[in-house]
Amino acid sequence: MVEPHPQEFVEPVSEIDVRLVDVVKRFGDSNAVDHISLDVKDGEFFSLLGPSGCGKTTTLRMIGGFEQPTSGLIELQGQDVTWLPSYKRNVNTVFQSYALFPHLTIEENVAFGLRRKKVKDAEVKSRVTDMLKLVELPGFERRKPNQISGGQAQRVALARALINRPAVLLLDEPLGALDLKLRKQMQVELKRIQREVGITFIYVTHDQEEAMTMSDRIAVMNRGQYEQLGDPESLYERPQTRFVAGFLGVSNLLAGTVDGSADSFVLVKLADDTRLRVPAGLVEGKTEIEVGIRPEKIRMNGTDDTIPAAANQLEGVVSDVSYVGVSTQYIVASKSGIPMTVYEQNVERTSQGSLYRRGDAVRVSWLPEHTFVIRDAAAATREPVPAKEIH
Amino acid sequence: MTAPSLPVRVGPTGPSFRQRVGKATPYLLLAPGILWLLIFFILPTFQMFLTSVSTGSLDNGFKLTWSGAAYVTSLTKFGTQFENSLIYGGIATLLTFAIGFPVAYTIAFRGGRWKNFLLFIVIAPFFTSFLIRTISWKVLLLDNGPVLGFLRDTLHLLPADASVIGTPIAVIAGITYNFLPFMILPLYVALEKIDPRLIEAANDLYASRWGAFRRVTIPLALPGIFAGSILTFIPALGDYVNAILLGSPQTQMIGNVIQSRFLLLGDYPVAAALSFILMAAILVAVSIYARVLGTEQLTG
Ligand SMILES: Nc1ncnc2c1ncn2[C@@H]1O[C@H](COP(=O)(O)OP(=O)(O)OP(=O)(O)O)[C@@H](O)[C@H]1O
Ligand SMILES: [Mg+2]
Repeated sequence: MVEPHPQEFVEPVSEIDVRLVDVVKRFGDSNAVDHISLDVKDGEFFSLLGPSGCGKTTTLRMIGGFEQPTSGLIELQGQDVTWLPSYKRNVNTVFQSYALFPHLTIEENVAFGLRRKKVKDAEVKSRVTDMLKLVELPGFERRKPNQISGGQAQRVALARALINRPAVLLLDEPLGALDLKLRKQMQVELKRIQREVGITFIYVTHDQEEAMTMSDRIAVMNRGQYEQLGDPESLYERPQTRFVAGFLGVSNLLAGTVDGSADSFVLVKLADDTRLRVPAGLVEGKTEIEVGIRPEKIRMNGTDDTIPAAANQLEGVVSDVSYVGVSTQYIVASKSGIPMTVYEQNVERTSQGSLYRRGDAVRVSWLPEHTFVIRDAAAATREPVPAKEIH
Repeated sequence: MTAPSLPVRVGPTGPSFRQRVGKATPYLLLAPGILWLLIFFILPTFQMFLTSVSTGSLDNGFKLTWSGAAYVTSLTKFGTQFENSLIYGGIATLLTFAIGFPVAYTIAFRGGRWKNFLLFIVIAPFFTSFLIRTISWKVLLLDNGPVLGFLRDTLHLLPADASVIGTPIAVIAGITYNFLPFMILPLYVALEKIDPRLIEAANDLYASRWGAFRRVTIPLALPGIFAGSILTFIPALGDYVNAILLGSPQTQMIGNVIQSRFLLLGDYPVAAALSFILMAAILVAVSIYARVLGTEQLTG
C-alpha cells in the first residue's frame, strides 16, 4: 500500500510507532499546534491530555491524515507520512461522534475497511464475527446504527477500526458521550482490548482521571504544546509546571527563596520566614522556587501533637471542612497567608469523633520527600526548537 | 411540581379524557390535509374518471355510458406523443441531475458562508413567470439569436443552415432549464445533511475520495436523488409549454394533446382518459424507481 522506505533511512529495529518532529499547525494567524515533537512507542497506550482548545484533536487529525501540518514531520513506523492521504495510512480512528455509516448495518460498518482492502469474503465474515465478539456485541450484525445505544455505538466504532489491525489506533474522546458509570466500564474494557490486541493507542481526552487510569504515558497539553510528558505516576508525583500541577489533581504551591541547606535538603524560606526542607536534587540551583505538596500527603496535627523532626510544618487555622465520606477535606489558612488544602482519610478521627472544626488551631505537616518543585511557571520540558517554518 | 390538592382517583378507571385526546391527536392533525385531499384531489379525480367513461360532445352534453372508447382512442392514436413525453422528460431529468448534482454538491460542501446566497441564485428565476422565461429561451435559440449566432458564425462549429428552435433539442433544453431548481433543492437538502466526518471515516477506512463518494455520499444522497428526479420527471412528462413555445408539431408531447383536446376540441372524455393513462404510467414508473433505488440502498 505505501511505498517501501529506502533501506538507509530505516532506523535499526525501531520501537517507535509514531514520531512527530517539530509539528506546527496554523489556522489563520494562531497556532493550534505549536512545535510539538514526540515519540510514541510500539504497543503503548499514549494519551494526549489537556483542556478544551489546546490542540489535541488537531494533533490527532494530523496523525490520521485528515489535516496536513503547516510545518514539521510525521512518521509512522519509520516512514514519513506527512503528505500521505489518510486512506493510505495504516492508522485507524475512533471518532468522537463515532461517525458510523447510518445507511449500513453494523456488520457492513465493521467490514467497511476490509472490503476496501479487498479481503476475501469468507475472511471478512469470520473476522467481523470475531471482532463483534471481542467488543461483546455478537448478534448485532443486522442492526442499523440508529437501533443501538450510545455505548454499543462506541464499541462498534472501536470494532470498525480495530478489525483492520492498524499499526496505530487513534481515539478522540471516545467516551465523551457516555454517562459516568458506562464510561468507567468502557475504560476498563478499552484497556483490556488494547492489551489483547497489542496495538498502539493514541487517546485524546480532557479527563485527567481517565488519562491516568488508562495510559502508559501521558502528554499534558496546553495551548498547542505539551508541558510535560511521562507516566501517570511521575506526572502526578513530580509535576514540573504550575499548569500540570493544577490540571492533574490538586496541589498546594508555596513560593519561597532558597536559604541555605542542611544534610541532603535545601531550606526554602517562605514569606513569613517559615523554613521548609526540600530534597536538594529537586532545586537545581535556582533561588526563587515554588514548592508543591499534594493534599493527601499532608497530615493534620493538633497544636500539642508531636511531629517528626524531619517533617515540614506550618501553623494555621481551619477555615473550611467538608466531609466527603472517604475523606475529609480541610482548608487551613496558614500563617504564611497561603490556604492549604488537606485531605485526610476518615479512619481514626471519625470513629473517635475528633474531626477538626472551623476555627481550630492546627499544624499541618508533611515529609520533605513528598514535595515537588515547579521548575517554571510554563513549559519547562520543551526543548528549544529552531524556528524553521515552511510556508 | 406541587402536590395536587384535589383528591386523586385511584384504582382501575377508563382512559382519561386527556389520554383519549392524546391518542386522537395524530388524526386531528391530519384532518385538514385529508379534507383538502378529499375535496381537491379525490373528488375531481373521481369526476375525471366518470368523464373518461362518458360519451357525447360539448354541444349535446356528455352522458355516462361506461364506454371504453376514449381509452381505446387514447392508447391507439397518441403513441408518438406519449413517446415524446417519456423521452424528453427522461432526458431532461437526466440532464437536470447531471447539471444539478455538482451545483448542489458544491453549495452543500464548499458553500461556506455563501450557501444562502447561492441557493437564492438557484431559485431566483422563479421570481419571473414560467412563460416569460420560456419565451426568452426562444429568443436565445432563434436562428439568428445569440447562441446559434455565436456557435455558427463566430466559431463556425455549426453548418450555415443549422437550426435549433422547433427541434427536440430546444424542447429538452427548455424543460431542463425550467425544472433545474426542482432537482437542485432536494439534492442540496440531502447532501447538506451528510456529516463530513462520515467522509473522513470512509477515508480513514481505506476508501479513496471516489470510494467515499460512491460508498457514502451517494447512498446518503439517495433520498434527495429520488425526490429531485420525481419532482422533475413528473411535471416534465405532463408539460406542454416548452413544446408549444420551443418546439414544432413534430415535437408534441402528451400534455399538448390533453391541452388541445380539452381546451380546443372540447373532447373531454379523451382528455380525461389520457390524463388517467399518464397518471397510471407515472405511478408504475415511480414505484419501480423507488424499488430500484431502495434495493440499491440496502445492498450499497
Ligand atoms: N478547521 C479549523 N479552523 C480554524 N481553527 C481551528 C480549526 N480546527 C481547530 N481550530 C482551532 O485550533 C485550536 C485547537 O483545536 P482542537 O480541536 O485541536 O482542540 P481540542 O484540544 O481538541 O479541544 P476539545 O477538547 O474542545 O476538543 C482551537 O483554538 C480551535 O478553535
Ligand atoms: Mg477535540
